[in-house]
Amino acid sequence: MTTGGSADRVPASLRAEALEQLLTERGLVDPNVLDAIITTYETDVGPLNGATVVAKAWTDPEYRRRLLDDGTAAIRELGFIGLQTEHVVVVENTATSHHVVVCTLCSCYPWQLLGLPPSWYKDPAYRARVVREPRRVLSEMGLELGDDVQITVHDSSSEVRWLVLPERPAGTDGLPADRLVPLITRDAMVGVARIQAP
Amino acid sequence: MDGIADMGGTGGWGQAHPPRVDEPTFPEPWDGRAFALALLSTRLAGWNVDAFRHALERLDRSAYLADGYFGRWLNAAELMLIESGLLAPSAIQARARNLRGEHVQEPPAPEPVRLEDAPTAAGSLRTVDAAPAFAVGERVRARHISSAGHTRLPRYVRGHTGVVELIEPASVLPDTNAHFRGENPQHVYTVRFDSHELWGADAESFALTIEMFESYLEKIA
Repeated sequence: MTTGGSADRVPASLRAEALEQLLTERGLVDPNVLDAIITTYETDVGPLNGATVVAKAWTDPEYRRRLLDDGTAAIRELGFIGLQTEHVVVVENTATSHHVVVCTLCSCYPWQLLGLPPSWYKDPAYRARVVREPRRVLSEMGLELGDDVQITVHDSSSEVRWLVLPERPAGTDGLPADRLVPLITRDAMVGVARIQAP
Repeated sequence: MDGIADMGGTGGWGQAHPPRVDEPTFPEPWDGRAFALALLSTRLAGWNVDAFRHALERLDRSAYLADGYFGRWLNAAELMLIESGLLAPSAIQARARNLRGEHVQEPPAPEPVRLEDAPTAAGSLRTVDAAPAFAVGERVRARHISSAGHTRLPRYVRGHTGVVELIEPASVLPDTNAHFRGENPQHVYTVRFDSHELWGADAESFALTIEMFESYLEKIA
């Protein structure tokens, strides 16, 4: 092992640059391909995809039923099955039942629906503790759940990915899907926040 | 393996952080480079996702934690490239030092290691002819196995009893695939555990589900 820890350790930013140079010089990677990957995950693959699924489920009862019965098939209809999102189970948050998702072993996450995971999801405190004291962890993150709310934690240890269908906020009954999409947050689709009414 | 990556239930990490609004995907420019380089390095090395995750969990504590998630990916990419003979062990360190103005001799590129093991299809989902050994609703126990290699059976469920909630699509077994010893696809089960079974009578009341490969489970006698 040469990585980490040594006294003359250089910053990760320089080590990344060094690796890119070494592979580029030997023709093993093309910096344009690197740029394209970065752009894809910065702009194309993100929580907007998941929000589109949720808004459709909120406004189309038949789709909602299909989504909860067979998440993978319903999400495939919208084109969001792919790398790191091969099979999806969708669970619904309600006033009395709350689902929250974690990956304790790494940071598995439904990339095609939510993009790359946010920092709190990758944080050891979240990975370690939400499977042991979820009510307290959610409270630290700003979500207070009443004692009557049953919590289910989903540890995504295999290639199965979990998506939370958040509770639709009051006062949004008449809104069409395209007005709902901007309200739907990544954090609510993992289960650490509620959706706020506009 | 029983290493730093198997974090479920461990202590000493402090408080959870509230989500930040509009957090960028890659907070620092190098985060994005490291992410893309790790994806491309996995392809170059001909490694699979399980082998990459095993590279992550084999990092020492400092390499795993010091530079966060993308630093961990960078370090795992380096480990993977070294083990597949695409980079000399000191190559990144030497080049990085030269980049900051030192004059360090850089090692020559080594001979690539050819892998015999190739995936049988894209992705991780496979079909298994044998019927599932466990049924929905059946009480099962997570085996008490402490593997020196890669596994997706975390310490905190081992030895505990739960109930099969769903039978998921069969999938490549990470325990062998990570070591290039074959895909050996197995049935996968979502198993529900009660929090008091996992953490004792004083624990918060909640349910937990986790996906278990068939060989991680045993029947309740």
